[in-house]
Amino acid sequence: MKTIAVDKHGYYGDFGGAYIPEMLYPNVKELRQTYLSMMQEEKFQQDFQRLLRDYVGRPTPLYLAKRLSEHYGVTIYLKREDLNHTGAHKINNTIGQILLAQRLGKKRIIAETGAGQHGVATATVCALMGVQCIVYMGEVDIARQAPNVARMRMLGAEVRPALSGSRTLKDATNEAIRDWINNPTDTHYIIGSVVGPHPYPDMVARFQSVISEEMRYQLEEHTGRDYPDAIIACVGGGSNAAGAFYHYLNDERVRLVAVEAAGLGINSGESAATSVLGTEGVIHGSRTLLMQTDDGQIIEPYSISAGLDYPGIGPMHAHLIKSGRAEAIHVTDEEALQAALDLSRTEGIIPALETAHAFSALDKMKYKADDVLVVCLSGRGDKDLEAYMKYLDRG
Amino acid sequence: MNRIKQLFKNKQEHILNIYFTAGYPHKEDTVAIIKSLSDAGVDLIEVGMPYSDPLADGPTIQESGTQALRNGLTLPLLFEQLREVRKSVDVPLVLMGYFNQVLQYGFDRFLEDCLKAEVDGLILPDLPLYEYEEHYRQKVEAAGLSMSFLITPQTTDDRIKIVDELSDGFIYMVSSAAITGAKSGISDQQITYFERIAAMDLRNPRLIGFGISDHATYATACKYAAGAIIGSAYIKALTAGDEVKTTTDQFVAMVRG
Repeated sequence: MKTIAVDKHGYYGDFGGAYIPEMLYPNVKELRQTYLSMMQEEKFQQDFQRLLRDYVGRPTPLYLAKRLSEHYGVTIYLKREDLNHTGAHKINNTIGQILLAQRLGKKRIIAETGAGQHGVATATVCALMGVQCIVYMGEVDIARQAPNVARMRMLGAEVRPALSGSRTLKDATNEAIRDWINNPTDTHYIIGSVVGPHPYPDMVARFQSVISEEMRYQLEEHTGRDYPDAIIACVGGGSNAAGAFYHYLNDERVRLVAVEAAGLGINSGESAATSVLGTEGVIHGSRTLLMQTDDGQIIEPYSISAGLDYPGIGPMHAHLIKSGRAEAIHVTDEEALQAALDLSRTEGIIPALETAHAFSALDKMKYKADDVLVVCLSGRGDKDLEAYMKYLDRG
Repeated sequence: MNRIKQLFKNKQEHILNIYFTAGYPHKEDTVAIIKSLSDAGVDLIEVGMPYSDPLADGPTIQESGTQALRNGLTLPLLFEQLREVRKSVDVPLVLMGYFNQVLQYGFDRFLEDCLKAEVDGLILPDLPLYEYEEHYRQKVEAAGLSMSFLITPQTTDDRIKIVDELSDGFIYMVSSAAITGAKSGISDQQITYFERIAAMDLRNPRLIGFGISDHATYATACKYAAGAIIGSAYIKALTAGDEVKTTTDQFVAMVRG
C-alpha cells in the first residue's frame, strides 16, 4: 500500500509545493528547515502538551450520540472539538504555531480568518503569550461573523478588513501574505488551515493530528477497537478533517469522508464544492484543486458558512480525493441549516455552520447497521445564532 | 538573439523598463500604450497579465488588474493585441503574471503564443526556481525566451548565484522588502544592498524595481544597476491622465529628467 505523506518538496502526489514570490522564500525556508526538528524537541512537546491539557482542555471527549445513532440506525460517535477553549479545533494549531514563532524569535503575529474561529484562536494565544496580533478578515465576513470580531478585539487583536476581491477568506489570505512580504523578519504568519506553501499543510495537519491520536485510544475504550469504519468531517481548507483523518490516512479499513459546502447547489454558480468544480492550479502558494475560469482567474466561491467559503482545498485533501482514498460529499446551505437544527434538538449540541455540513452528510452516505462512524464536531454554533434564528423564523 | 539580449548587448546603463497592466484603463489601450512607450524611448516594456489574486502586488497594480478583467481582457485577447502591436513596434516585450494563469492556459500553448506574438521574455514571480529547473527551463530556453527571476534584500548570496544561473536576460532586483508601489525613496540600507549585489559580478545585468517612481529614484537605481523598472507610478499617471500618448510622453520625460 502506498503511504500518504508529504515528500521533501512538499508534495502529496501531484499536489502541494511552495509557489511563492521570492520575497517570502527566506521565511518559508526557515520554517521548512526547522518545523520538524522543533516539533520533536522534548521541551516543545512538554510545552505543547501541557497547554493542550491545562489551557485548551484536552483531551476532548469522544461522545456516543445515542439519539442520533438511533435515528440513523448506526453507531455514531462525536469527537467534541467544540469543547476546546475558544469553541473549535482551530486552537490546536495556534498553540503549536505560537510556540514555534517564539522559538523563531518572532515578535509580531498575523493571521487570516473566515468564520473568525481561527482569528479568535490566534488572538487568544497571542494574548496568552503577550505578542502583537493582527488578523485579516474579509469585509463580508466581518459583517456576518460579528460575535467573533468582538471576541478578537476583546482579546487585544487588531482586525483589519480585507477590501479586495470577494472580501472573504481568499482575500483575507491574500492580504495576510502581502503583510508578510512587507514584514519579512519580525513576523510569523499563523495560517489557520492545511493550505499555503509547504510546510504549512503538513505542519498544520501535524498540530491538528491530536484529534485522531485521541480518537484511537478513545475508540478502543468505547468499542474495543481503535479504529472506526468511517470518519466524517467538513472541509473548507480542511484542517479539522486533516486532524481527524491523520492517524488513519494509511489505514484503509477506515473510510474518510470529506464534506464540502455546495452553497445554493453544485451547479447553481453559487457554490464552494471545490473537488467537483475545481481544476488543478495554484492558490496561496500551493498546487491543488481550485475553482477558476478557463483564463486561470480564481472564482469567488459561495457558502453560507464563512469557514467553508474558500475556492481551494488543502493539497492533502486534493490528493486524497483524486486518488480515491477519501470520498467527497456535498451539502447545501439549506441542508446544513436543517442539520444544525436537528443536532441541536436530538443531542442538545448547537454546532457551527461549518460543522453542520458534516452532519448533513449522514443523510447522504451509505453505511451498514453495525458500522461505527465518527463525526468531527469541529466547532460550536454560538457565532452562527443569527443565521440560525433567521432559518427558524422562516419556519 | 532575442530583443532583450540584443538590448543589453548594445546598452548597459540607464535602461528604463516600464510595466503596465494590459487592458487598463480600457480593454483596447494595450496597443496604444505599448506604441507610446516605444515612441517615448522606453527600452523595455513589461506587459502585466491581469490576475484576480496578485499576491506580490500592492493596491495600484491590483486595482488596475481588477479593472482590466472587468473590461474583459483575457489571455487570448492579449496575445491578439500583442500580435497587432508587433506589426509596428520593435521594442523588447516581457510578459509578467502569475503562474496559475500560465498553468491553466497550458504551458506549451502559452510559449507557442508568446513566439507568435514575438514576446521576448517572461517574469512569473510565484514560479519557484526548483519547479522551473525541474519542469520548464528546457522548454523556455528552447523557445528562445528570456526568463527573469527576482532577488530581494533577504536573498542569500548562494541563492543569488542560482538565480543568476537560471535567469537569462536580466535579474529583477526587488529594492526592498515590499509589495509593489508600497515605499518611496531609497535608504542607505538599500544602497548597501545594491552595492553588495553589484560587487557579485553576476553574468546577468540587473534592473531595480519596486519603489522606483520618479527621476530621483530612477537615477539612484541607474547608479547601481543597468537600469530601473517602474510600474505603479506609471499606472497612477494613466489613471489620472486623460490621453495615453500625452500622459506617457510626460511621464517618461519626468523619469528620464
